[in-house]
Amino acid sequence: MAEEVVLLDFWPSPFGMRSRIALAEKGIKYEHKEEDLRNKSALLLQMNPVHKKIPVLIHNGKPVCESLIQVQYIDEVWHDKAPLLPSDPYQKATARFWADYVDKKIYEVGGRVWKTKGEKQATAKKELIETLKLLEKELGDKPYFGGESLGYVDVAFIPFYSWFYALEKCGNFSIEAECPKLIAWAKRCMQKESVAKSLPDQQKVYDFILEMKKHFGIE
Amino acid sequence: MAGELVLLDFWPSPFGMRSRIALAEKGIPYEYREEDLRNKSDLLLQMNPVHKKIPVLIHNGKPVCESVIQVQYIDEVWHDKAPLIPSDPYQRAVARFWVDFIDKKIYELGSKIWKTKGEEQANAKKEFIECLKLLEGELGDKTYFGGESLGYVDVALVPFYSWFYAYEKCGDFSIEAECPKMIAWVKRCMQKESVAKSLPDQEKVYEFILQLKKVFGIE
Repeated sequence: MAEEVVLLDFWPSPFGMRSRIALAEKGIKYEHKEEDLRNKSALLLQMNPVHKKIPVLIHNGKPVCESLIQVQYIDEVWHDKAPLLPSDPYQKATARFWADYVDKKIYEVGGRVWKTKGEKQATAKKELIETLKLLEKELGDKPYFGGESLGYVDVAFIPFYSWFYALEKCGNFSIEAECPKLIAWAKRCMQKESVAKSLPDQQKVYDFILEMKKHFGIE
Repeated sequence: MAGELVLLDFWPSPFGMRSRIALAEKGIPYEYREEDLRNKSDLLLQMNPVHKKIPVLIHNGKPVCESVIQVQYIDEVWHDKAPLIPSDPYQRAVARFWVDFIDKKIYELGSKIWKTKGEEQANAKKEFIECLKLLEGELGDKTYFGGESLGYVDVALVPFYSWFYAYEKCGDFSIEAECPKMIAWVKRCMQKESVAKSLPDQEKVYEFILQLKKVFGIE
């Protein structure tokens, strides 16, 4: 199944990280192309004309947009190795529910933690911790959300771990103190090469956030 | 395989309509339970504790939440009849992309049309029409988004047709004048019993919106 796989991406994007992890889990060789989001390439605009966003997965010249759609596509095409989604329809629906929950909550609430101050930030921190605790509860005693091996929800969620340090510094709080089981899960995931190689260094992400804050005039 | 199937729903909800259509397409008998959203039932709160929203599909006592997850679940469990989602992974990814587009855009823009006035409403109307035109482009010359038969995108989008009259009255514009191909597609869908029986009367929806406007103090 020799093919051409290209990923248009941006290094701090948790959404791009999802596809990086899925491709790595399956051992798929691909070309990683870094986009400058202030100067989007003609290829990006051609491959994702509707949203003009990364990541875009291009398989044999055909684009797949939206990170969760990419992860499902990767799982379906390269179904022989490291299955990410359960085969049982009910378990699949449950996994999709929690990935959708991560999509609805983490990025937006996390965004408010680094973008705001005072009461707005306090509210965002509280909401973020509540969200993480709900996910901790769903994880339960399992090593991964996917059970014994990395699954769809793990792949959808673990990228945000690379942003935790930045959120903690901006919000002056400790996620580990509030959600120790979740951090234990994150460290377990980071022991996997597919994850460790797909996530950027947390300090680098923090420096990036500081740049963004300067750029947007946020103190 | 049928087991006990219950749908917790609210008659004007386009999201509930999606599951109604999917169940009808597959010819699956189920119990429809109307929820009063100002007085949510214990069952709803128990079955969807995270979001507390309808629709909730309960299959043999186990809840499936989020309408697009329900439609996929229904399609997977009752896979023998009227398949909604393509079997080819790339076509599947394309279908998922457009359903995601509909989820990101149509409900929110439609809501702005009836909730706002002046410039905000004018912008919402413009963007709404642009989105419908983009969808018209995706439909092309096909009978349905799913090709020769109703598919995942058709099921996700057609419920909003029941709100078109309300949008038009509130926004003082004609959707058919701008997007005749879309309306032609809608009328084709409405000839199918599964769709016609799942969508409420447009006038009823308009009256419901007028009630909501009173409640929210919107003129």
